Amino acid sequence: MRIEVNGTARDIAATTLADALAELGWAEARVATALNGEFVPSSARPSQALRDGDRLEVLAPMQGG
Amino acid sequence: MRDFYGITLDSPLMLGTAQYPSPAILQAAFRASGAGVATVSLRREGGQGQAFWSLIRDLGVRVLPNTAGCHSAREAVTTARMAREVFETNWIKLEVIGHADTLQPDPFGLLEAAETLAAEGFEVFPYTTEDQVLAGRLLDAGCKVLMPWGAPIGSGLGLNNRYGLRMLRAAFPDVPMVIDAGIGLPSHAAEALEMGFDAVLLNTAVAQAGDPEAMARAFGLAVQAGALARAADPMEPREMAAPSTPLIGKAWL
Repeated sequence: MRIEVNGTARDIAATTLADALAELGWAEARVATALNGEFVPSSARPSQALRDGDRLEVLAPMQGG
Repeated sequence: MRDFYGITLDSPLMLGTAQYPSPAILQAAFRASGAGVATVSLRREGGQGQAFWSLIRDLGVRVLPNTAGCHSAREAVTTARMAREVFETNWIKLEVIGHADTLQPDPFGLLEAAETLAAEGFEVFPYTTEDQVLAGRLLDAGCKVLMPWGAPIGSGLGLNNRYGLRMLRAAFPDVPMVIDAGIGLPSHAAEALEMGFDAVLLNTAVAQAGDPEAMARAFGLAVQAGALARAADPMEPREMAAPSTPLIGKAWL
């Protein structure tokens, strides 16, 4: 299916959020996720189904003031 | 030092982590400043996030994640929830920006987000104006710390409204308060501490200085001086002169 990841269209085989993160190379990364604007805690990623057209945000620690 | 949600900090200086010329200079600045708190943010992972997290952990300081760039309560609340998971802290520097030029907080969105987050167990550091009514509402919402601005973010103007800040400090004498934003010089930071504020949070003044490490050290000394002066009970200013040398015993010449 095709989803939007951090603003870029990506074709993925995974059907859950946890599998998608692994497929995208972030299995071990310290990141937080939001699907279609809603926070998805890491504990809910394995059961969070993805649908074509979903919008995924994967955020990581960054410099800030 | 006052209590910030059960934490007593060794230094009244909180330092941002953005805009440094290099990671090495960031680390040197933190070491020189003595700051015990580093502000951090969340952004889309583009390959730099994990290295940055490693650098922050090496600093050995407490992290204060922010919601910088959020313009609505909903956006800020979602960002805060994500930050809590990534940074493993209930602390959140809550920013809900209401104006693009001044980066002034949106008081209505700020209050709405603070109510939601406090109810969810967050320990909220609201970036606010010096408005007393809003401050009271934020405290009612569950905030136990306030972060009034000194001047617009990144401006370096110092304490723009000393009258308002003094009134705010006097109105809520027992509430820990951090001057956040607008600090440009160590003297601004010292002044904030002399006025009775408990800490200052700054970033650009150090990161964009010609010598960030030296400026960080200057700020570290300034907040120590300000806190010491406050504790020493400063004299009251007066309008007229008063001779400091005794008149008794003056020679008849």
